[in-house]
Amino acid sequence: MPRNKEIKKVLVIGSGPIIIGQAAEFDYAGTQACEELKKEGIEVVLVNSNPATIMTDKHMADKIYIEPITVKTVQKIIQIEKPDSILPNLGGQTGLNIAMELFESGFLEEQNVRLLGTSPEGIRNAEDRQAFKDMMESINEPCIASKVVENEDDAVEFAKQIGLPVIVRPAYTLGGTGGGIANTEEELREISESGLRLSRVHQVLIEKCISGWKEIEYEVMRDRKGNCITICNMENVDPVGVHTGDSIVVAPSQTLADKEYQMLRTSAIKIISALKIEGGCNVQFALNPNSFEYAVIEVNPRVSRSSALASKATGYPIAKVSTKIAIGYALDEIKNEVTKKTYACFEPVLDYVIVKIPKWPFNKFLTASRELGTQMKATGEVMAIAPNIEAALLKAIRSLEENLDSMEMPKIKEYSTEKIMDSLHHVDNERIWVIAEALRRGITLNEIYNITKIDKFFINKIDRIVRMEEVLKTDKLTPEILKKAKKMGFTDNVISRLSQRPEEEIKKMRKENGIIANFKLVDTCAAEFEAQTPYYYSSYDDENESIKSENNKKIVVLGSGPIRIGQGIEFDYCSVHSVISLKELGYETIIINNNPETVSTDFDIADKLYFEPLTREDVENIIDVEQPYGAIVQFGGQTAIKLTKALTEMGVRILGTSEENMDRAEDREKFDEALEKCNILRPKGDTVFTVEEAKEVANRLGYPVLVRPSYVLGGQGMAIAYDDAEIEEFIAEINKIAQEHPILVDKYMMGKELEVDAICDGEDVLIPGIMEHLERAGIHSGDSMSIYPTQTIEERHQQKIIQYTEKIAKELNIIGVLNIQFILCHDEVYIIEVNPRSSRTVPYISKVTGLPVIDIATQVILGKKLKDLPYGIGVYKQSEYVAVKMPIFSFEKIKNADTSLGPEMKSTGEVLGISKVFSEAVYKAFIGSGVNLTQKGKILITVRDKDKAETLPLAKELKDIGYDIYATSGTANYLKENGVEVKSVPKIWEGTNSIIDLIQSGKLSFIINTPTKGKQSNRDGFKIRRLAVECKVPCFTSLDTVKALYDAIKNDIKEEDLVPVDMTKI
Amino acid sequence: MKGYLVLENGQVFDGDRIGYHKDIICEVVFNTSMTGYLEIFTDPSYAGQGIVMTYPLIGNYGLTLEDKESRKPWVEAVFVHELAEIESNFRSKLHVEKFLKYNQIPGLQNVNTRKLTKVLRKNGTMKGMLTDDITNIDSILEKIKSFENSNLVERVSSSEITQVGDGDISIGLFDFGSKQNIIASLLKRNCKITIFPQDTPAETILSYNLQGIVLSNGPGNPEDCKVAIENIKKLYNTDIPIFGICLGHQLMGLATGAKTYKLRYGHRGPNHPVKDVKKDRVYITSQNHGYAIDDKTIDPEIAEVSHINLNDNTVEGLKYKNKEIYTVQFHPEACPGPRDTEYLFDEFLKKLK
Repeated sequence: MPRNKEIKKVLVIGSGPIIIGQAAEFDYAGTQACEELKKEGIEVVLVNSNPATIMTDKHMADKIYIEPITVKTVQKIIQIEKPDSILPNLGGQTGLNIAMELFESGFLEEQNVRLLGTSPEGIRNAEDRQAFKDMMESINEPCIASKVVENEDDAVEFAKQIGLPVIVRPAYTLGGTGGGIANTEEELREISESGLRLSRVHQVLIEKCISGWKEIEYEVMRDRKGNCITICNMENVDPVGVHTGDSIVVAPSQTLADKEYQMLRTSAIKIISALKIEGGCNVQFALNPNSFEYAVIEVNPRVSRSSALASKATGYPIAKVSTKIAIGYALDEIKNEVTKKTYACFEPVLDYVIVKIPKWPFNKFLTASRELGTQMKATGEVMAIAPNIEAALLKAIRSLEENLDSMEMPKIKEYSTEKIMDSLHHVDNERIWVIAEALRRGITLNEIYNITKIDKFFINKIDRIVRMEEVLKTDKLTPEILKKAKKMGFTDNVISRLSQRPEEEIKKMRKENGIIANFKLVDTCAAEFEAQTPYYYSSYDDENESIKSENNKKIVVLGSGPIRIGQGIEFDYCSVHSVISLKELGYETIIINNNPETVSTDFDIADKLYFEPLTREDVENIIDVEQPYGAIVQFGGQTAIKLTKALTEMGVRILGTSEENMDRAEDREKFDEALEKCNILRPKGDTVFTVEEAKEVANRLGYPVLVRPSYVLGGQGMAIAYDDAEIEEFIAEINKIAQEHPILVDKYMMGKELEVDAICDGEDVLIPGIMEHLERAGIHSGDSMSIYPTQTIEERHQQKIIQYTEKIAKELNIIGVLNIQFILCHDEVYIIEVNPRSSRTVPYISKVTGLPVIDIATQVILGKKLKDLPYGIGVYKQSEYVAVKMPIFSFEKIKNADTSLGPEMKSTGEVLGISKVFSEAVYKAFIGSGVNLTQKGKILITVRDKDKAETLPLAKELKDIGYDIYATSGTANYLKENGVEVKSVPKIWEGTNSIIDLIQSGKLSFIINTPTKGKQSNRDGFKIRRLAVECKVPCFTSLDTVKALYDAIKNDIKEEDLVPVDMTKI
Repeated sequence: MKGYLVLENGQVFDGDRIGYHKDIICEVVFNTSMTGYLEIFTDPSYAGQGIVMTYPLIGNYGLTLEDKESRKPWVEAVFVHELAEIESNFRSKLHVEKFLKYNQIPGLQNVNTRKLTKVLRKNGTMKGMLTDDITNIDSILEKIKSFENSNLVERVSSSEITQVGDGDISIGLFDFGSKQNIIASLLKRNCKITIFPQDTPAETILSYNLQGIVLSNGPGNPEDCKVAIENIKKLYNTDIPIFGICLGHQLMGLATGAKTYKLRYGHRGPNHPVKDVKKDRVYITSQNHGYAIDDKTIDPEIAEVSHINLNDNTVEGLKYKNKEIYTVQFHPEACPGPRDTEYLFDEFLKKLK
């Protein structure tokens, strides 16, 4: 019996905005799910609040709702669409939770909707702590022993049962303060005493300490017949204690003998059989490195980040197969997509290794702690494939785009040996480089192991790289050494630097000795069967398996690398769409990318997938083999743009806007010339290299000024300076990374920001629409609420924006897309910047206008004219809907990150609110972002002096609609003097802790806090904002956001009355 | 030091010498296991064969000597992509390199194992010679051509009847080169095992008053085991329950009139899906065999196919009619590989009186 024919219409729940811990992997999983369901002739209804995703695209489902993923809204959609089933296990924790809530409330039964895949009971047994523990006990699988205690004696008693050391975790304290590891009874008494005191409920959890154990994961799959397979196992390089999302991970496991491997595999299968999982599932284990003792850490009864990694690591399409299982197929009824001959019921074997390294946002949060622990902090990740660990590690490092290409980190080389020793004790994002430096200083492998508990196998791999560096530095470079270095993953550039010989010479020596990169197939079966996957990685073993086709209509599309703040899933959306269009136009497509979470790295998107770092040499290796007709760089964010020059030098045709014209948009002087020629204004400014020059320019322009490095994305390093001291602070920060390009200093204009994405064919321009930023200039466009169509802009200004767009696009001879940021200030329109590439807003504007921007741009890039396409030129017709894009932050994940908004982007994702009525769209955007608008309780206002006047009317209005207002003394006095009834709360430094108590009370609806200038984190405002994040109280740092919020709630909108909008109808 | 593997089709693969330094001719096969190299090296079924490990990193966890599948390694040579520089595992007693040297097993590392595997896949299993000197390829090919593996089972089987264990269930193990874990799996299940050399007459075996007999795995072409086949015929004709594994499965087939044939490149790895036809369930199995029973030659009056390989539909198990005789082509004792079919031992033991 293959699939269940009763399933005719399925609701797929997505995972919502990209946040830390829930990233693009669910777009990948959801997209695969939708495709599979459609292939089966099932009608698909999709709900996901995230407009940047590929899954929310018109052709992905029959009905698409970009609506808040809340119980009420999903209920409403179910009532409208009447699906017969829900697919809950591909939308991350968000999708699973909503589905479970709907089930538990009885709503699904009432509506005759069935839950596909694992039964609700199975999900509950996996998710509920106690139920899970009980179930593991019943099948004799060990969990980590733990117990909640309320006094020290009980703590000691329990510790005696399970043995020391133990971890003490106080319940309900902020950021886990007051906990720790106790090695002796005395320590245990001490720590639990303080933990109990700090805990709001006077409880601490005593848990067996397993730090230093290996962390191993298994990706397993089970079907309704009970067939079980493991797709892949993975070993965390960092031992237990670091979240697996923050660990460097290798696959398959490297240090487990077959006995250990099979012991854990058997356990994983036993667990998913007991839970009766139907679909993909992830089981995490801790394994004592000195015995066979192990413990089950957790089970995710759904497709997860690790599943995405396992899929890309093995070539096994976990999400697709999970979907098929959910609709009734068994594993032996599903064809193997890789061999096309065998079945999905087998276990992949690898003849290579993969290394995953997380991508962390610490360069965005300078005050934040870089320490890694149980709370995941990474926004994305890279994966690399190679025949050995060394090469995979070095490839992954290159893929991170952190200006690193080896095991040498310049900063760490300057550490004293004492500091190195000390740093080894700290688990942070730089530890592997610290280990490398420790090895260089002669610290032994055993010493490093004893401190870090990182398996000696991995330390040895780092050591081998370090020793090779030494050989390259000191020995004469022979072809033999060169070959070894290349096999270990060293780039020509690094070899050149170490051996102090020109890179060209290295390259020549390589070519002369036949040391060239060859490409190998990822085939799931270690070459045992012939495979059809067009999925490749480079190796310096002979035999190239990537056969160049004779097709001369072949185009390379560069991907955008790891998800990071400023360059997110939107760019994957663009790359994928470009590939789809190219295929439709009859081109052969090649994609190069290194992000395992994305749709673009699915092997059936492009005709060929190269899973490689996006650096000059790595890309050149592919170009050498493929000899493409050209390359498209404008869709892969700054990652791809950065390679434009290199590609041009390789003789690759840049399709679309030329390298020269891109440079005219990025290079300040050339850009000024272009603007001048078009008679377009821009804020006054200049380029500088030094602090002195910067101060001179700033004083000439008059403070405040905007300071930023050129050629960056996401406003990295951008800040508004109000005085000379801040200029010094900011420039120093920017110069921490060597700057090839000058720093820009511009007059800061506090106006209205507007944004346009447009397509130009060199002659005509098509503008989907103008977007208006809700927050005033000074907040990065990616962090602003963005509204389409504009709500407050006069027609004449709109005309000017359109005119400017057309002029500058033509002047820069843009072929393809461009993005322009405008500012409207003192009744005048200025251009702030032009990005000759796709932008963050392209998916959003495409969806709300219904205009397939990337498809049109791709056609234009290949020579079609806008005139000849059916979309017209000029401004596209305005949608009858208003769409509000709301940024989503992950501040709670990053300890000590400042949450105040500024010119540097901090949001990790976005949600959309869409409606025919503006206030309803805003309302949806707010609830989609998780702000509770129903309860009108207390609010806290604390604003800087210059914002007080502006705050007054807002405070009055909020009071009038029923909020209780609390304010710090200054703000309170001002409001009282002006007739608003407020309760005054002492500031933190005023001695008592009442402001802290107020925030912690859980009774605040939200906080309004406008930050004082500067980046120092020791201010009250910073503490208030952090506390708000940790207590999950929304905290708005821009009055504009609060005004929008007020507009949305004053009309007494009810979520259940809002009409979900089917995006396929736009 | 450089070394070469010359295949019988004249293709040469180079690498760096590891293990014991000597030339050798053997049949070259590949195994796709990612763990369990020691179990593979010491599995007597590999006698006469040089093994190519498709997983590129070998030796990572050193040698956990209690995981040996027999008293010594039986592989003739090992070909690996990379041998770990250091070993890391709490149970490891020594480095793979030392083990190979001590046991006089030669090998190569830095071999392009993927390319070699593809050659073996496309051309089928081939003979090959590991040597340092390839100046005279013709003479090497001549030597390879004249090489034949012979008497493999005789080499690996025990030489006298022995007993292990003191459990309540009395089991005979007909030893054609049994893996240690077949013995261990039976001991774990309360068995007393009498181990019989491969040429033991059926009459002798039957005289031991056994409750059941296990036919073990073993190396080479099953058709070579003429004496054993005759003795198994006699065992078949009694009503004693029999469980056959791998070579044991093939020999029971031959003893009852079925034919075997050589697979192009065999099944050697930890990931072979096998369907239990009656249960309609698929199990992932550990496999190591170069021959298979031809399903067209099975007399339906005598046996029915109980298990098939999901990849290529080859016969993976037989249930003999009106007998308590069960045989499987794969390895329920695992080691290396998944333990998903270990329950077959329990099922067999349940059939015993």
